[in-house]
Amino acid sequence: MTQMVPNSTNEIMVKKDTSTGPWLDAWRSFRKNKVALVGAGIVLFFLLLAILGPFIAPQGINDQSLKDRLLPPSSQYWFGTDDFGRDIFSRIIHGARISLWVGFSSVIGSVVVGSILGIIAGYYGKWIDTIISRIFDIMLAFPSILLAIAVVSVLGPSLQNALIAIAIINIPNFGRLIRSKVLSIKEEEYITSAKAIGMKDLRILFSHILPNSMAPVIVAGTLAIASAIIEAAALGFLGLGAQAPAPEWGKMLADARVVLRNAPWAMIFPGIAIMLTVLGFNLMGDGLRDALDPRMKN
Amino acid sequence: MISPFFIQFDGEVKTVIHYIGKRLLQLIPVLLGMTFVVFMIIRAIPGDPAQVILGQLASKEAIEALRLKLGLDNPWYVQYFDYLAALLKGDLGESMRTVQPVSKEIWPYLAATFELALFAIIIAVIIGVNAGIISAWFQNSWFDYAAMIIALIGVSMPIFWLGLMEQWFFGIELQWFPTSGREEVRNPVSAVTNLYVIDTILNGRFDQLGQVLKHLVLPGIALATIPMAIIARMTRSSMLEVMRADYVRTARAKGQKMFWVVYKHALKNAIIPVLTVIGLQTGMLLGGAILTETIFSWPGIGRYIYEAIQFRDYPVIQSGILIVAFIFVMINLIVDILYGLIDPRIKYD
Repeated sequence: MTQMVPNSTNEIMVKKDTSTGPWLDAWRSFRKNKVALVGAGIVLFFLLLAILGPFIAPQGINDQSLKDRLLPPSSQYWFGTDDFGRDIFSRIIHGARISLWVGFSSVIGSVVVGSILGIIAGYYGKWIDTIISRIFDIMLAFPSILLAIAVVSVLGPSLQNALIAIAIINIPNFGRLIRSKVLSIKEEEYITSAKAIGMKDLRILFSHILPNSMAPVIVAGTLAIASAIIEAAALGFLGLGAQAPAPEWGKMLADARVVLRNAPWAMIFPGIAIMLTVLGFNLMGDGLRDALDPRMKN
Repeated sequence: MISPFFIQFDGEVKTVIHYIGKRLLQLIPVLLGMTFVVFMIIRAIPGDPAQVILGQLASKEAIEALRLKLGLDNPWYVQYFDYLAALLKGDLGESMRTVQPVSKEIWPYLAATFELALFAIIIAVIIGVNAGIISAWFQNSWFDYAAMIIALIGVSMPIFWLGLMEQWFFGIELQWFPTSGREEVRNPVSAVTNLYVIDTILNGRFDQLGQVLKHLVLPGIALATIPMAIIARMTRSSMLEVMRADYVRTARAKGQKMFWVVYKHALKNAIIPVLTVIGLQTGMLLGGAILTETIFSWPGIGRYIYEAIQFRDYPVIQSGILIVAFIFVMINLIVDILYGLIDPRIKYD
């Protein structure tokens, strides 16, 4: 008997050590996924660029040197110079701040508004659900870039309006996602119990339903940042987003079009920056999906 | 909740018709909502829309005339019902730039986009499906890794950047393909259907056919890249699932050549999810067309809308967006209906 006690204690100790919450479990799974880690590394790299940009960029955003116009990449200008003799490398570093800002803030906006609408639709159902769901259907009936163009053509071209447009077009995606999660969660026993003990709707929504719907939102959010960055660049490219002289990557590509024949580097490097950032978020998003979505697990 | 597979045997075509009818009914509020969103494009402009459209230098008379023409003095619901009534009569408004009815001048642009999108989807399907099959067939080989890395980069690549890269490399540096337009300016195609590949054949101008195809290559590939990458990834994962199935092993055990096992037995079963992706991507091409057409000066609906934005030609912006969204919705509806017809496991409800 005396020997069994320490044994059973040991067993309990071992169990305690390996027991994991769902988030820790997801983190362990994510950490093992090398491709996802590469993605997270790329994202971290661009985040650091965005934060430290002004300290590490060799030149200012608009420092012009007309005698150095359209110079190819060299030891002085790593990525060459543009039509105004501005250092493309420095402008790309500064541009990281704009692209990530648009990516993160537009997706946060869509998640907040989409979550509120999705929760209301899913939890209350009936006519509120019908109205909200039909509004989502209508918004999803437009190809996303076209809806963004429609919004910007109303509000006027600017980076801020492009951000609002991108946030608006992504609302239905998050709204639908949250709605479907709420619909399945609200039938769970713990929600019925919460109602039975007299818990108020708002408290049930925010302390039970919302936290339990978060995993797919994080996955979708990461992937949505990737598409938001491309959409912002597309609007910038069409002249509907950031305006000159902002070093927004899409706008830089639009400017590079004019000098494509003489200075292809002005087009190559901003494009690589967009592609790498988007690739980083896509890889990270795929990894998060594998880690957070139990259906994907073996 | 009856499967169409079941229907074919039972002859209960009714369920399918009932489903299509239900989907068409559900489409009515969506279409009305779309028209309302498009209607609001002018009305939601902050300040006086007429002033914004005509610019700061416009005279008061011109602004007043435009207000009257657009019916801006009426209550919004009257304006909306007028707009709906006009739409039902096929009146899409009048371009402020060319002073031509949009419904008349939009067709050549639509045909140009249709031709480009069709070309792009053909490239995407041929290359995407085959790359996916070979990747699955030789799983974990260098081809598999290379194809999937390229596919991953393909989905992360901004289409407008790819277009510019093509223009620079294949157009300017190598001079293999023309970088803009649909035809040689000095040797224009006489339009019959506005689908130039068909028109040149109808006209017996095979010299022009070569030129038209050459013009299609660069914008076609740019537009095809993202769908191609998505189709390749989908085909690979779908094939990998099927290749492990017993009937594939049986076919191999019976001595059938791997090529036939893959292309005859496995592909037939793996193609269903791929077809649905192809359908959805066809709709998504419409969004991509606006960027590709802008880069390659392709005179399609995307460029039509882009130019309208530059000139603040709001009736064209409205109708262009409405038409593209309408086609997008219709393609999605067809894909939805075909889902069930192609895949007996999917049920109508």
